[in-house]
Amino acid sequence: MTTTTLPPGKKTEPVSAPDKGITDRARSERKLGWLLAGPAFAVMLLVTAYPILQATYESLFDYRLTDPENRSFVGLTNYWVILTDSLWWESIGVTAFITLVTVAVELVLGFGLALVMVKALRALRPVLRAAILIPYAVITVVSAFAWQFAFDINSGFVNSWFTWLPGVAADTDWFGDRWTAILVICLAEIWKTTPFISLLLLAGLAQVPEVLQEAAKVDGATRWQRMWRVTIPNMKAAIMVALLFRTLDAFRVFDTIFIMTNGANGTESVSFLAYRQTIARLEIGLGSAVSVLLFLCVVAIAFSFIKLFKVDLAQARGE
Amino acid sequence: MSTRKKLVWGLGGALIVVYCLFPIAWIVSVSFKAPSDLANGSFLPTELTWQNYDLILFGGASDLFLPALVNSFGICLIATAISCLLAMFAAYAIARLDFPGKKLILSTALAVAIFPVISIVTPLFNLWRNIGLYDTWPGLIIPYLSLTLPISIWTMSAFFREIPWEMEQAAQVDGATTWQAFRKVIVPLAAPGVFTTAIIAFFIAWNDFIYGISLTSTEAARPVPAALGLFTGASQFEEPTGAISAAAVIVTIPVVVLVLLFQRRIVAGLTNGAVKG
Repeated sequence: MTTTTLPPGKKTEPVSAPDKGITDRARSERKLGWLLAGPAFAVMLLVTAYPILQATYESLFDYRLTDPENRSFVGLTNYWVILTDSLWWESIGVTAFITLVTVAVELVLGFGLALVMVKALRALRPVLRAAILIPYAVITVVSAFAWQFAFDINSGFVNSWFTWLPGVAADTDWFGDRWTAILVICLAEIWKTTPFISLLLLAGLAQVPEVLQEAAKVDGATRWQRMWRVTIPNMKAAIMVALLFRTLDAFRVFDTIFIMTNGANGTESVSFLAYRQTIARLEIGLGSAVSVLLFLCVVAIAFSFIKLFKVDLAQARGE
Repeated sequence: MSTRKKLVWGLGGALIVVYCLFPIAWIVSVSFKAPSDLANGSFLPTELTWQNYDLILFGGASDLFLPALVNSFGICLIATAISCLLAMFAAYAIARLDFPGKKLILSTALAVAIFPVISIVTPLFNLWRNIGLYDTWPGLIIPYLSLTLPISIWTMSAFFREIPWEMEQAAQVDGATTWQAFRKVIVPLAAPGVFTTAIIAFFIAWNDFIYGISLTSTEAARPVPAALGLFTGASQFEEPTGAISAAAVIVTIPVVVLVLLFQRRIVAGLTNGAVKG
């Protein structure tokens, strides 16, 4: 498929002093730079690098808080226990399913929202912007409760509103079955996070050069062709950034599941499994191992995004 | 644009507003329902009642809700303030100075932002118990920095890059002292960026649930989302639906006010930070 993009503009390299023969001024600037940025850098490492190293260490022990005397080094046994247990693979399956479904729907829906915001009347824009920020700003727990109450067999209105749909009856228990529960979890997640994607895509849409659209129009391209050959290729960077952020975010899904089902009926995500091992069952060793595995999953996803899809954050930043 | 087109896009806009506000309208409606009204399957209450608000603000559930509200405000404001202060220095350095490691700091911020929270909770849970930070304000403020600091650095350096720093020298040439140039020129230019960053960081801290339920056990430090998650009825036969809804509405009010007042800036901050960085 041929796509139309503008050639990259000439980059102006920042002028920096050469390494050798560094001037006093440049040296003091470097020093000041690290002096100012150092504390923030150190705090970031302290609150993430340290805990993950500690978790890695603790994952090598058979260690439960209810029985701290019998802490013993077991090597990689915890990882073996987890990776041979169907619970882990089920939670990976649930997490991957929720991630794929929500991100795919959000991307399409978010693109639609962004298009409407571009085309809508100027007077309407502030209203739309405020409305779209509400789901983003609302606490996930509140959104989860709102959706749970709506589908609840006693307090909900969904069952009485949608009885005409096949499979929905007055006594449909949405949270009693695995797949209907996951469906409601996905709906709540999609509602809450689509606005964020649509804002990123809106910023991407604004970066598509108007001249290309005009040129395509003059050349007789249809609306559909302009969309696929001009608009989307030119905002590829914004799409990829939105995808990367949302995929990693979706993979950590926890709050909505905790509120809606508490992990019952096979709706446990990987984050939930780690939480249950550590905080509820006080199995520090096993819980740490799940945490480390989750961390590795997230790293793998980020890495494959950057390598496979060539997400270039610098390019997305318009540099 | 033709009238028909205007109508179509206007209808699209109306659909967006309904989509965004429907669940909020629903939880507001539930919060005004009497217990006898909860199971009637209708969207609106048959009769408005304040009894759910009464229950969480003055009644039996207020011991659980009010301390949580104070904790949430205190912890989130302090975490936001600390991360904005640290990020301000870092962002100034990134935007204005030339030093090796700029990229390292920005990529570290990105890496921390995508870090799974649960992987931090597991080791902290044990450590906090040993050193006495479990169920305290600092015990939540410190891990909250992992949520608020990366986005603060990222967003603020995007804002600071757009400041015309030459204005500072221009003011000095015109006879202003260094302090005057900073106070009268740079502070007004930088303040909106700092303020917007603070709002976004506050949203993120306010939204936390995992740290809240894992690292607290009493009303000494438990924030609102955790309190909501652990809410049970006054008796085991009473569903806490109405009370939860009322509490949910109350914690949603601050964020809605912030959104309505500063929507333009919040959008700029969110997209600048992620797309332009």
